[in-house]
Amino acid sequence: MKVIAAYNIKGGVGKTATAVNIAYLAAADGYRVLLWDLDPQAAASFLFRVKPRVKGGGKALIAGKRPVDLAIKATDFDHLDLLPADFTYRNLDLHLDGERKPVTRLRSLLSPLRREYDLVVLDCPPSISLLSENVLHAADLLLVPLIPTTLSVRTLDQLTDFVAGLDAHQPRILAFFSMIDRRKRLHLQIAEELPAGRGDVAATAIPALSTIERMSVQRAPVTASAPRGVAARSYRELWAEVRERAGLTRARPGS
Amino acid sequence: MLNAVREFVLVQGDDARTPNGRAPQLAFPQLADPRLRLASGGPARRLRRTWLDTFDWRLFRAGLTLELSAGRGASELVLTGRDGEQVAVEPVTEPFRWPCLIEELPVGPLSAHLAPVVGIRALLLVARATSVVTQRRALNADDKTIAVVTIDQMTLTQPRRAATPPTVAISPLRGYQAQASKVSDLLALVPGVAPAVHSAFESALQAAGRRPGDYTSKVNVQLAGDMPAALAVTTILIRLLDTMQANVPGTIRDIDTEFLHDLRIAVRRTRSVLKMAGSVLPASMAARYRPEFKWLGDLTTPTRDLDVYLLGYAQMAAGLVAGTETELRPFHEYLKTQRVSAQRQLARGLRSARFTQLSSRWRHDLEQVAASPGRRPATGKFAAARITRAHQRVLRSGSAVSAASPPEALHELRKLCKELRYLLEVFASLHDAAEQWRAVNELKALQDCLGEFQDTEVQQAELRAFATQMMADRSAPAETMLAMGEIAGTLALRQRAARSEFAGRFAGFASPRGVARIGALTGAAS
Repeated sequence: MKVIAAYNIKGGVGKTATAVNIAYLAAADGYRVLLWDLDPQAAASFLFRVKPRVKGGGKALIAGKRPVDLAIKATDFDHLDLLPADFTYRNLDLHLDGERKPVTRLRSLLSPLRREYDLVVLDCPPSISLLSENVLHAADLLLVPLIPTTLSVRTLDQLTDFVAGLDAHQPRILAFFSMIDRRKRLHLQIAEELPAGRGDVAATAIPALSTIERMSVQRAPVTASAPRGVAARSYRELWAEVRERAGLTRARPGS
Repeated sequence: MLNAVREFVLVQGDDARTPNGRAPQLAFPQLADPRLRLASGGPARRLRRTWLDTFDWRLFRAGLTLELSAGRGASELVLTGRDGEQVAVEPVTEPFRWPCLIEELPVGPLSAHLAPVVGIRALLLVARATSVVTQRRALNADDKTIAVVTIDQMTLTQPRRAATPPTVAISPLRGYQAQASKVSDLLALVPGVAPAVHSAFESALQAAGRRPGDYTSKVNVQLAGDMPAALAVTTILIRLLDTMQANVPGTIRDIDTEFLHDLRIAVRRTRSVLKMAGSVLPASMAARYRPEFKWLGDLTTPTRDLDVYLLGYAQMAAGLVAGTETELRPFHEYLKTQRVSAQRQLARGLRSARFTQLSSRWRHDLEQVAASPGRRPATGKFAAARITRAHQRVLRSGSAVSAASPPEALHELRKLCKELRYLLEVFASLHDAAEQWRAVNELKALQDCLGEFQDTEVQQAELRAFATQMMADRSAPAETMLAMGEIAGTLALRQRAARSEFAGRFAGFASPRGVARIGALTGAAS
């Protein structure tokens, strides 16, 4: 089982859109996928029409009082399940802090799901916190959406340094440009120049498109609702890079 | 239970008919709750379904169902458990043919699950059907799918053509069991919908007019102590004839080795019952049929002997110390060739007029006796006397065996043990099941020891004959002869071990407790 986290310290960069579409494409490829909506805003849960509610809230989940698998909901798509958000997730740091090994708790919670899923996708809230540290310890790959601005690039450097400073488990990082506005010269310039010099930036960039924004109206991944569009094509290219970078082998037929 | 599927049958009885007398158009039932609705579904899919089991229903008895499901393009073998839960699935890419032995299945979790259950028996077709499957999604107020509703219109195509009642299955999505339950509850209220009590497999069997588990090699007749012995004996013999006839087609087609094995056991049991029946049957019957059943028994012997060799070949080859399996292989080839010709002879015999006449006349004569069985003796007394006599003979013959006794003495004792065993088995319904089990178990331990002694004796003699023939044919090199010699040595060691084990086994059987066990059966029955 591989764990991929859609993560960025900044908000509004396209983390949920990435998590939802990558999870959907992986499931469509036959991988058994769990998407965990860790963001109390519950955008991913909303997109899959799942009520953002977990019995006992984040506290019971983190404390292990309620097994994770009882909170899992099937989405409307084959092989794709969702662990929904809950508004109490806003206090996850507090609950994690109360645990014996607060930094690796998320990883322990995912461990029993190893036989059931090939891939877990974490949709993370924007922050750098105890939850973020948990995500870094649990993930094999950090998928970092970047808006092509100087400040975003600086944030990526900060994150890279932070991961390099971790003692034990260090996830791989794959950043990619998200919400590129082709009318902005700065966007185009950074998107063109940055990947050339670095191995941790994907070749694929996701353009700013209204179809992606309309996912919240359609309440479905754009890769499912408009599979032939530009947005879906871009996500498919990104998924191909992610799959290779995460070391995912081909799924079993019919699995 | 997590994700439990609830199934319903769409009843199409007289009350569900439209005024013009036709069955109503099959449609998804409407749900009487505005918060739940069924989304429009995709086109109907056609599935070809084939259920497989062994001739003696090993999968069914183990609570398993094996289905080959073929849709457009994809085929898969699905093994399910008692509650319909999936145990293993195997995609099938090559054309799948049956009957098939476990070695012919793709290696994987499915064959691993099946192997210990199926053993050496072949998987045969039990029933075939075509399903037209239509699916709709049940949605909640958020338009989220909470369950998949499947209508299955299945038509049995083999062994005969018959329609089965359409079913509706509600499969909850994970995390939505409670809401899906509501859909099921609403569906249960719709007129013409009733909870399904049978699985698709059971429905197919019902439509085929087959009862699962309808074959067993056991003599499962229900006898009463006070019924006339002639009626009991003919009932047993007719049951044994049924078993013989049930196994003849599989033996002729050479589907697996157990058809012949069950056929032989039924012949041997018949011969034992005929021998001990005495005056219960007309004297002319015994005189006429005993040589005929000996002929039938002898007809089956060569193939069975070769089967025993071939079934034990892998173990035999693995036990070689000096020789190798490669060196022994010509012997394997020789056995297979011999078996082909023995099987041909056997099939010819079973297709012969002699066998056909034997079966039909035997049944006719038995039915005549059964029609006027007389009143005495009563079965209980008759069975007790025969079992006691057979038991005494085993005790007498066994006590006379010493370390100096020739092999023939043990062979004779083995035959007497078999007769006692068959008597215990055919009259089992007269006995207390627990007492019977204990008595048979003790006898079986003695029989196993005698069987090992006798089988290894016969196999050594056969091995010598095979070797002589192979040398005459020049069909094997010296290495093969040496490897066969090693096997002969192993057989001799096994025979010696069985011989030294005998005294202990017989002492257990002849002990006061062992004797009392048989006594308890005959005392209770008479």
